Amino acid sequence: MLVTILNVVIFGLLLGGLYALIAMGLSLQYGVARVLNISHGEFIMLGCMTTWTLFTVFGVNPFLSLVVCGPLAFLLGFIIHRTLFKRLMSSSASPGIFEGNSMLASFGLLFIIQNLASLAWGPEIRAYSYLRVPVNLAGAVFGANRLVTLGFALIIGLAFYLFVARTRLGKAIRAAAQDPATAGLMGVNINTVLALCFGLGAALAAIAGVLISLSYSVNVAMGMEYTIIAIIVVALGGLGSIPGSFIGGFLLGIIGSIVTFIDPVLSLAAYYLIFIIVLLVRPTGIMGK
Amino acid sequence: MPILEGKGVTRHFGGLAAVSRVDFQVDQGEIVGLIGPNGAGKTTLFNLISGALVPKPGTITFKDKKINGLKPHRICRMGLARTFQAVKVFPNMPVFENVLLGSLFGSPTRMSSADAAAQAAETLEFVGLSAVGASPAKDLTLANQKRVEVASALATKPQLLLLDELMAGLNATEVAESMELVGRIHDRGITVFMIEHVMKAIMNVCDRIMVLHHGERIAEGTPQEIAASKTVIEVYLGE
Amino acid sequence: MKTARVGLRKWWVPGLLLLILVLLAGLPRFASLYNIVLVSSILMYIILTQSWVLFSGPTGYISLAPAAFFGVGIYTAALLGLKLPLPVFVVAGGLASFCVALVVGALTLRLRGIYFAIFTFGLVQLIKNLLVWYEFSLTGTRGRFVVLVANNTIYYAMLAVLVLLLITTYLIRRSRYGLALQSIGENEEAAAHTGVNVTMVKVLTFAISASFMGAAGAIMATRWTYVDPYMAFNPLRSFMPVLMAIFGGMGQLYGPVLGATVFAYLEETLLTKFPYHYMLLVGTILVITIVYLPGGLVGLLQKGRRAISRRGQNANT
Repeated sequence: MLVTILNVVIFGLLLGGLYALIAMGLSLQYGVARVLNISHGEFIMLGCMTTWTLFTVFGVNPFLSLVVCGPLAFLLGFIIHRTLFKRLMSSSASPGIFEGNSMLASFGLLFIIQNLASLAWGPEIRAYSYLRVPVNLAGAVFGANRLVTLGFALIIGLAFYLFVARTRLGKAIRAAAQDPATAGLMGVNINTVLALCFGLGAALAAIAGVLISLSYSVNVAMGMEYTIIAIIVVALGGLGSIPGSFIGGFLLGIIGSIVTFIDPVLSLAAYYLIFIIVLLVRPTGIMGK
Repeated sequence: MPILEGKGVTRHFGGLAAVSRVDFQVDQGEIVGLIGPNGAGKTTLFNLISGALVPKPGTITFKDKKINGLKPHRICRMGLARTFQAVKVFPNMPVFENVLLGSLFGSPTRMSSADAAAQAAETLEFVGLSAVGASPAKDLTLANQKRVEVASALATKPQLLLLDELMAGLNATEVAESMELVGRIHDRGITVFMIEHVMKAIMNVCDRIMVLHHGERIAEGTPQEIAASKTVIEVYLGE
Repeated sequence: MKTARVGLRKWWVPGLLLLILVLLAGLPRFASLYNIVLVSSILMYIILTQSWVLFSGPTGYISLAPAAFFGVGIYTAALLGLKLPLPVFVVAGGLASFCVALVVGALTLRLRGIYFAIFTFGLVQLIKNLLVWYEFSLTGTRGRFVVLVANNTIYYAMLAVLVLLLITTYLIRRSRYGLALQSIGENEEAAAHTGVNVTMVKVLTFAISASFMGAAGAIMATRWTYVDPYMAFNPLRSFMPVLMAIFGGMGQLYGPVLGATVFAYLEETLLTKFPYHYMLLVGTILVITIVYLPGGLVGLLQKGRRAISRRGQNANT
């Protein structure tokens, strides 16, 4: 009995940590840059596939890939925002129109990234084995890779959360999220902050991807489902609230773990059910206004 | 005979009480003014009456029927119409269609297309905008856009009309024209409840005035009583 | 005094439409099989695009659900097609999609547009997952066989649904509900305060648009003899109507038709041979269109016409 509970809890924390990372990334992009980036999952996928290639072809330690994929994804996100979304911002007549246009543009981005990846990697499902040594925790057996992933997800997630809450740059980000115009007047370089946040969001996605690849098989089509999960967590936590995404991620992770224990195929349906309940009862989310 | 009554109307946003335990009453045929410094809760009160927001707690009755909790379109069809502080017209639609929408959907009973069109035309004439019926609403001056909004509200055949800062942003001539319009609306038998900052307009046109401050009702009476009230003067000058 | 809200102001447009209809009706008689199949696909995409525009155009609520409704139609045909005749299961497909859309709309259309968009985005995956689970756990099957139907029948069925859609679009646009739809897109709060039951109008219109997508799906299912959830629920079919509408331009009726024709033709020629390149291309075209061509081809043509008439005016002065 205890073993089962431990299994479910640890797995829930693992899922939760990953969900929190991807949700915080999306929350950053939507909350600050006001872009609902539905190609978010594709950055996760890129993190996964790149790690796989680095490991199987070049023998690079996956944890080293964190240091490679994170900054690369940040750069990619930064550039995409500076070129595409900034242009959209100036050509959109109102924030509402920009929200719609940017979402549609990210829809196009989804297809671009996914198919470039398909051309690079092909449609096959890949996996690699690293640190798959069993670890015994009070009777429950886990792969070391999963435990280390959990650790990393928690550390990175917490670090990011503190960054936004405590540092000067974090304050600038929160100011930009609340009121871009005033923040600009207060000396915050708004354009840079927006692109920075978009890039950071992409980086978080790629980092999550690296961690995911340690425990799961990967393929170029895996992104969409993660995007949907990220969206549900962001809605659950409150659109645009980073603490909300952090908490919501773990909440959904625990729920996902319990549902997976009952029937793994139903996890997405369970998440959607949560989504529906949130929309009906408290659309602004746990920490939304 | 009260057409609109509110008891203990309260609404919080976060920790702040935007409107706090406000009782109010508007009698049929009156023109009642609602004044108060910025942030006093006047527009919030209108939002609570028109159904854009729900009072928590409090009750609002219109023609003796409870309306708090009803959706805006239901309240509109019952005979309560309003305009908005930031002019809300349908910018790309022709002025005529802006008004036609009111006739088609806001009337208490369903109107045929022909009747609705005729009524919309008549309402446009009443506010003096027949000449610009085919122009998109966004092409009009601010003063005229406000008239379109009023026409659209009038087309729903209201018995009570809520006007939110009808005269904001208008020059002296336009203010005088608006005052005259309000008078003509009143002559048609429509009760008017208006938020206004332009004191001259309020004092001349209203039968009674209600004063809000920090979400609470602090004074009520005839224009003379309000002008003489120490509390009101302090509120406006003492801050 | 009421101005027409549809691009049917010119007297010759109904005549032209009728002519096109007659030509299309007679097509199977003199066209090759390849062309009949191609035109069927074009008609299908016109249906998907135009029904998407029916709701998302005036209201501005972006739906990413066409693939979900199309898939529901496919699966309805798969479930009923072996037992019931075509008209019945096509209507059933439409009805099933209508009901799903009612539920989705009732849940999400009371809220801000962004919730609606993200809910519809995931819908196709959700329904696919549910069906996979259902087939795997409860019925033990994987995929279903669909009844085989002649290509000409598919063609005429698609044409009939399209004609019905065009008539419905016209009637809605000309009626007071079309006015209400437009007002919701222009200023939803003002519309509500003018007496429009905005939620009901949105939900109903959304459901009507979904029903046509479902009907098209039910017809198309018969082209594949075997369907499984992965074939039936493909996110590309949410993407294409959006792309076609935006690329073609939504200001006039012929915009979506133009967009649908161009890309349906491209798809028929490129998708099977170079799937990844094709999807890469359409993704890029969408992004470019959004940034540089927001009015689509229609917008471009209108600008061109205005530039020409301005030049003409300058010449006359």
